[in-house]
Amino acid sequence: MIALPASFIELTARERARAIVDAGSFRELLGPFERLKSPWLPLQGVVAQADDGVVVARGRIAGHPAAVAAIEGAYQGGSIGEVSGAKIAAALELAVRDCERGAPVRMVLLLETGGVRLQEANLGLAAIAEIHAGIVALRRHVPVVGVVAGEVGCFGGMSLAAALCSRLIVTRQARLGMNGPEVIEQEAGIGELDASDAPLVWGLMGGAQRYATGLADVLVEDDAAQIAREVRTAFEHPPAGRTTEVERYRQRLAAIDPQHPPTAEGLRRLWSSEDLR
Amino acid sequence: MSAPPSTRGLRWFQALTGAEGLLPDAPRTVRVADARIGADLARCIAVVADLANRFPRARAGELGLDEAWTLAQQVRRTLAEPAAGPPRPLVAVVDVSSQAYGRREELLGIHLACAAAVDAYASARLAGHPLIALLVGKAMSGGLLAHGYQANRILALDAAAVQVHAMSQEAAARITHRTVEELGELGERIVPMAYDIRSFARLGLLWRLIEGVNAEAPGVADVERVRAALAEAIADARATPPDLRQRLQSAEARELRAASLSVRQRLAAQWDEG
Repeated sequence: MIALPASFIELTARERARAIVDAGSFRELLGPFERLKSPWLPLQGVVAQADDGVVVARGRIAGHPAAVAAIEGAYQGGSIGEVSGAKIAAALELAVRDCERGAPVRMVLLLETGGVRLQEANLGLAAIAEIHAGIVALRRHVPVVGVVAGEVGCFGGMSLAAALCSRLIVTRQARLGMNGPEVIEQEAGIGELDASDAPLVWGLMGGAQRYATGLADVLVEDDAAQIAREVRTAFEHPPAGRTTEVERYRQRLAAIDPQHPPTAEGLRRLWSSEDLR
Repeated sequence: MSAPPSTRGLRWFQALTGAEGLLPDAPRTVRVADARIGADLARCIAVVADLANRFPRARAGELGLDEAWTLAQQVRRTLAEPAAGPPRPLVAVVDVSSQAYGRREELLGIHLACAAAVDAYASARLAGHPLIALLVGKAMSGGLLAHGYQANRILALDAAAVQVHAMSQEAAARITHRTVEELGELGERIVPMAYDIRSFARLGLLWRLIEGVNAEAPGVADVERVRAALAEAIADARATPPDLRQRLQSAEARELRAASLSVRQRLAAQWDEG
């Protein structure tokens, strides 16, 4: 008998976090029994979930102290509100504190989010800025590893968080972009982008395309065991450092004619991932 | 078409620096020049509209690919300057309608470009450069994240055109199937949903709301007033750690961001086992 790989995408955020850490080491913080809910959703007639859609856990990764923040894509599209955002930001801030005390923490972000929760607008945006600050501060001490698995993908301000990670792991099912296809279609018209055209959308921002153009570091199958292995390995690699390679990307961009932009396929040739590694 | 793009950011940039700030090796949309603020020569950076922007989706003051990578370049250039004294302040003059929405932008990784700007700003702050955001117009969504939201002090002019939000009012109305009026009413009831700067100030995220200034056509006294506020912000930033914790310390934050504080306290209590 051949065992089929266990899907990671089909797991809940809690199960995903558990799958990432060493067996038996998972310990959830601020779990649902704490009832840390959004104070803003009930004011708008939306039922608030008891963990606000983010699971924070401590555990070990390859025996090292670790922490995981996992976003539940099935709750409010994985959107970042005040509480869910504060959970991620606070975990990063505590990891920075530990690193400064000489006790490094391996931090993993499981990103499955449409970005800011519009019902909490400015507090979601503020939390995302604090998450960015936390990743940049922590990355000076230890790698921060991001995973975008799918179904939701990773959009809005949280796509910046993904890009700030030291290493980024994606699946073919993942999408990573600043503006979701529906938003682009709505704001710029269907002539700009037909959001229902899946091959077009995945060509622009799908995991395979992001990997092939060097905007993600590892392309994995939807296999929980493989993803956990790649997360462990990611901590042994030097950071990607894309956000500091300013001159390389400015030159690449200068070579693009916006009136005749490359196709997705063409960009793979221009920005092949081999070129960056 | 819609109203012509705002020139407020450019006007305030010119008023503070006395310069146009055009760079030889960068698009016209990113302006950089120094301004005398107290004893400091602060590096001021503005993102301004250019109707001839080579990227069509970034012609109305949106922060696009060229703008974001140029911000990263300019901030890192400041960071790399040999220091004669204490790290010099950076002032982000903010008037950005949003990030650029477009197919080219996604293909070419606008999320990475904006992250590079965030990284540069946050790295400058962590290196001890007082980083001040001065909101003089719209401060929207990804535009603000990439240009201003990493500041350790945020100041804003108290004016109707100064707005902060995660999505433009028109776009948010379309996406949530509400009218702009309904969104306005919602903002009156639910403070983080509001667009106006006074509501934003109630969230404790603002270090100071600068009142009584002519935001549209600043005179000499208006500019001096803002300069004095910037000098205070710089001194205050230098006196505290280079993180964002000040945003959670005000009386306003303790009230309307009580949940943000509670999450931090409770997570800290559970972080270590036992």
